[in-house]
Amino acid sequence: MSSYPELVGFEVGLYSKGRFLGYKRAKRNQYENTALIQLENVNTKEETQFYAGKRVAYVYRAPTTKKGTNVRCIWGRITRPHGNSGVVRAKFRHNLPPRAMGSQIRVMLYPSNI
Amino acid sequence: MANSRTNQLVPGVSRLSRSKVFSKRAAYKIAKESKPKKTTSEKKPASEKKPAAEKKPRATTDLIDALTQKKKTLAPRSIALEPKAVRKAQRATPLRKSITPGTVLILLAGRFRGKRVVFLKQLKSGLLLVTGPFKLNGVPLRRVNQAYAIATSTKIDLAGLKVDSKFNDTYFKKEAQPKLKGTEEEFFGENAKKKEHPAHKIADQKVVDEKVIAAVAKVPYLASYLASTFSLSNGQAPHTLKF
Repeated sequence: MSSYPELVGFEVGLYSKGRFLGYKRAKRNQYENTALIQLENVNTKEETQFYAGKRVAYVYRAPTTKKGTNVRCIWGRITRPHGNSGVVRAKFRHNLPPRAMGSQIRVMLYPSNI
Repeated sequence: MANSRTNQLVPGVSRLSRSKVFSKRAAYKIAKESKPKKTTSEKKPASEKKPAAEKKPRATTDLIDALTQKKKTLAPRSIALEPKAVRKAQRATPLRKSITPGTVLILLAGRFRGKRVVFLKQLKSGLLLVTGPFKLNGVPLRRVNQAYAIATSTKIDLAGLKVDSKFNDTYFKKEAQPKLKGTEEEFFGENAKKKEHPAHKIADQKVVDEKVIAAVAKVPYLASYLASTFSLSNGQAPHTLKF
């Protein structure tokens, strides 16, 4: 992945948190190419408007080192709200792995429109 | 999938064979540049050399070929290759309304993420010219993309400041690096000298910052505000903040 240089210095609090709940789904089918993310402190559909289009990152640690780090990242973007309670849909460049369910997602403040 | 010729079965394997691409490109139609021949003594030119062994006139055969689908078109065999005319107009990137000269921006990504900087002007490429000022927070004159900046409601009065037109996109271009010779010494970075920041840029920085700092000094606490970094703390939701 080419995302390594962007990982450096993530410690600055310039992102808000989200949680990967699962994939978009129906009763029997699930669509792994769309992830559902619950945004922290966001509880209505209207409030999710601010976050539409923002970059999101699933940052995790892998057992092997690549390019001098074992931290890896899958990038994505928030596409639209999902339901009325502050959950959003997001598309990632690679689908999130199922073991990421329940884990934290970083919701970046860019691209900014304020 | 815009172009069927770039379509790939799997990465690295084209969907079309070489001969298929050849016929699609219709390269045979393109007139080849004729090279001046060195020996022009008694040899006839290639076209004259081969008398076409045609039973019927050319136009008739072409028509028959076209009707029997031997050839796709009746178009002439050689056409000059012309570059496509560009129909898109180059428009300047619109600047967000919240950003005006003197606006304090918060940088969101890159080396200076979290820093508060002063916006000076928009460059032709659409990037924003900002300065720390360097003395206050260590951010030099720099270009930033407005997608990676939050405009705050704080504005500094830069009425007297005229930004020199020499601060354009070429001013910030990287200087070409001398090509490495591939010696061992270079590879391991032995005897490598740390590049110094060019003196004229240091001087430019001072000239620009002088007036910005003077304007900042007029407003109480503004200098320390610019020196501080922005960061979200626990439980702070960015959509509720007024920047």
